[in-house]
Amino acid sequence: MSQPGLYIHIPFCKSKCRYCAFYSVTGCLSRTEEFLAALRQEMALSSDWTAAFDTLYIGGGTPSVLSPAQLTRMIADARRSFSIEGEAEITVEANPADITTDLLKGLLQSGVNRISMGVQSFNDALLRFLGRRHRGMQAEESVRLAQKRGFDNISLDLIYGIPGQNRKVWEDTLRRAVSLHPSHLSCYQLTVEKGTPLHQEAAQGRVLLPDENSQAEFFFFTSEFLQKEGYLHYEVSNFALPGHESRHNRKYWDHTCYLGLGPSAHSFRAHQRHWNISSVDGYSNALTTGHLPVEGKETLNQENLRMESLFLGFRTRAGICLQDYNLRFGGDLLKEKKGAIDHLVRGGFLEIKDGFLKPAIKGMAIADSLALL
Amino acid sequence: MDKIRNFSIIAHIDHGKSTLADRLIQFAGIVEDRNFQDQILDNMDIERERGITIKSQVVSLPYSAKDKKDYTLNLIDTPGHVDFSYEVSRSLASCEGVLLLIDAAQGVQAQTLANLYLAMEHNLEIIPVINKIDLPSADVDRVIEQIESELGLDATDHLKCSAKMGIGIEEILEAVVTRVPPPEGDPDAPLAALIFDAKYDSFRGTVIHCRVFNGTVKSGDTIRFVYNNSSYRVEEVGHFLLQREKRDRLSAGDVGYIIAGVKTVSDVRTGDTITLENRPCAKPLPGFKEVKPVVFASIYPIAADDYSDLSDSLDKFKLNDASFVYEKDSSAALGQGFRCGFLGLLHLDIVQERLEREFDLSIIISVPSVRYRFTLKDGTTLFVDNPAHYPDQMSILKGEEPYIRAAMMLPERYMGAVMKLCMEKRGVNSTLNYPTPGRAELTYEMPLAEVIFDFYDRFKSITQGYGSFDYDIIDYRESSLVLLDILVNGEKVDALSQIVHRERARTRGLQACERLKEEIPKQMFKIAIQGAIGGEIISRTTITAFRKDVIAKCYGGDISRKRKLLEKQKKGKKRMKMIGNVSIPQSAFLSVLKSDAE
Repeated sequence: MSQPGLYIHIPFCKSKCRYCAFYSVTGCLSRTEEFLAALRQEMALSSDWTAAFDTLYIGGGTPSVLSPAQLTRMIADARRSFSIEGEAEITVEANPADITTDLLKGLLQSGVNRISMGVQSFNDALLRFLGRRHRGMQAEESVRLAQKRGFDNISLDLIYGIPGQNRKVWEDTLRRAVSLHPSHLSCYQLTVEKGTPLHQEAAQGRVLLPDENSQAEFFFFTSEFLQKEGYLHYEVSNFALPGHESRHNRKYWDHTCYLGLGPSAHSFRAHQRHWNISSVDGYSNALTTGHLPVEGKETLNQENLRMESLFLGFRTRAGICLQDYNLRFGGDLLKEKKGAIDHLVRGGFLEIKDGFLKPAIKGMAIADSLALL
Repeated sequence: MDKIRNFSIIAHIDHGKSTLADRLIQFAGIVEDRNFQDQILDNMDIERERGITIKSQVVSLPYSAKDKKDYTLNLIDTPGHVDFSYEVSRSLASCEGVLLLIDAAQGVQAQTLANLYLAMEHNLEIIPVINKIDLPSADVDRVIEQIESELGLDATDHLKCSAKMGIGIEEILEAVVTRVPPPEGDPDAPLAALIFDAKYDSFRGTVIHCRVFNGTVKSGDTIRFVYNNSSYRVEEVGHFLLQREKRDRLSAGDVGYIIAGVKTVSDVRTGDTITLENRPCAKPLPGFKEVKPVVFASIYPIAADDYSDLSDSLDKFKLNDASFVYEKDSSAALGQGFRCGFLGLLHLDIVQERLEREFDLSIIISVPSVRYRFTLKDGTTLFVDNPAHYPDQMSILKGEEPYIRAAMMLPERYMGAVMKLCMEKRGVNSTLNYPTPGRAELTYEMPLAEVIFDFYDRFKSITQGYGSFDYDIIDYRESSLVLLDILVNGEKVDALSQIVHRERARTRGLQACERLKEEIPKQMFKIAIQGAIGGEIISRTTITAFRKDVIAKCYGGDISRKRKLLEKQKKGKKRMKMIGNVSIPQSAFLSVLKSDAE
């Protein structure tokens, strides 16, 4: 089995983006110390995770709202509590507006070797619409600065399907992104999550979201564009130069163990998934009284795991390893679903190659339906 | 006998019939408050949810009147839909009087009138009761005026109540005693009892609900059903409180039950007369009619493995629903199933829902059909109620379809629109009367097939609920018929075939394609839907494939959420029928009967 991954959720943002449903709080950055103390406590209580981690991913929220000193200290805490490999992939998510020489220096010293930059768009009007606090030019400068300081593994987050964004505007963003030579790109379709301001506006009809057909257009266009630029479309929303696929994220998709620390973080181990309390208060309170801040957990039965293997597998270009799948769940997938799979192979959605059941790009686009085959 | 009163409550839907029944029962004190629940007589979930009564119910209310005498007031609750109009007529035949309940805010409505006419047919004493007088919008004076002008009743004797608030309940019970005539009859004459319903009890077999008009019946007697001359030994007789209460005998004037070892309710006919084997009555009670199914459809399990469960469930279901008939059937597209007969579309709807709910089955119902008659060139005639058995077009000499006489009551202002609808439904030979000013009585002769093709829904919508509708089957008439097939991705789906009038075929083919396009969700591949007559394609539509359904992000916390969503979808998919590579939802099969005129 592969080595586990470690995730730390930083639940703070300077401002809340209109589309974001991740847990974070704004306007109480003074509480970061209190939070970091609780986090240290959670690390101490998680000492049963003894296997060496080969990835650490610091996400949020906005990790870059912490000071360079705080980030350095937090990573040092993690290294003290857990065994983190020397060659580990260590990623920090950052808002382009927060990138400073100091921050970059601190991250480098802590062994961070990958930055995931929340660029979202290079179009200032769209950035304002999304509620982002940086501008397009600023993002370009931040990426260049990070590269200059020695970060050669940079991922950019981009969003398509934003109201008001046509193909041309998106193409322009992609072009500017590619010209920065990032090793990795995450291109997400804007999803309207319940409870976000955007959801409300969409429900009231104040913003017009692209229909299924134009969403598909964006998806296929992005795939073609980036493949031409040498990127592998290795997961529904993820693109990488060969050898630069996110090692950490892959663990989510193939049932490798992971430990999530911080409010609302999820962990998975031995067929069990558990998740932490979402609120910073609840999280801290539990830890001050010496309890793990677990809010809920579920034990996955074979059928649950099978369903996850299918829908997660079909999200990745590598697809489903048939030998593994048959071994884990018994039976023979190709035989059991012969009719449906043959039909999908003929339709160009799937291919069977080198012992894998692999989705084509147009198969990845309908991964959910493939999982129900 | 002079201490018995048999009565029923009739009302337009939502005018408070069930609530008034609840209050009368509570007033009689036969149920403790803590055991009470609303709509106590509607004991099927489906009745409570839809606010309709499907099976009739009887409850005997003990009542001490102001004359210091104790009375038994038998309340016979009746179903309220055109599919069950025969059952209603038998229940009313068992009464001497009715409470005609009218909503103080809404006033006289279509069913108020239709029910009034039914009651008048049976020469019942009619007591107008104005309900919901507590509502701010109540307009009692206007309703009194309507009772006089529109119903032609003497309004001086009306009663006022609020069933919800429990106001005026005793006055109603008192009026039942003083105004509903006591039953007549001779307890010493030969037995004549009217069957108005029957229910199945898993311990006792069939429980016959009856009204005794003459004579007496007690346990040990041998009774005979006039309809089929079969005899049974009476095990028990009794009254209905809320449960059955055993009595020594039932005599002329009584409403009660007989248990006589009758195995299924199908051995009993509503409207039949029960008499004694050794001392039969001279002639049966009037009004008996054999109820025959008029709408036919096939039922298939969605999963072929459920066939034997479906078979068992239909057996059990049949025990309690004599009007439901079925036999084995099989479909090329849907596999093994059953061909079933129903009293009407509501009956079909109820059977479907009860099978799913009470027996936990996922089923597909094919497009409903009426029973056609064909005369072939070789001189044989055959009845066809299943499009799958449609004869070779070349061999048909003539086709005939059942016609009905539709009787409609409606406010005059909707006349034009309703007449237009009737013409569209191939209605002929209309008559028009104005029983009261502003109120029209319209009759048409129409093919039954047109009536099941969403006539009732559109009639109700055109008349905004103010129209009432009833029909009788009159005869078979020659008609130019063709078989309309539906092909999904080139494959004929026999459960979607319909027998249609030649002139309507093209329109119906187009409508079917459009409805299916709405009902069948987009899938991974595009789906071609075609309507065909013989080999000729007359309509076509395409459901485009969806190209993307995957959500953008799927990290730590998203996975469980996403999996649960997919597990739910997977369950939903189990409720769809796979035909070739296309999943067709249940709703699609009945949808082809709906037009887009709404």
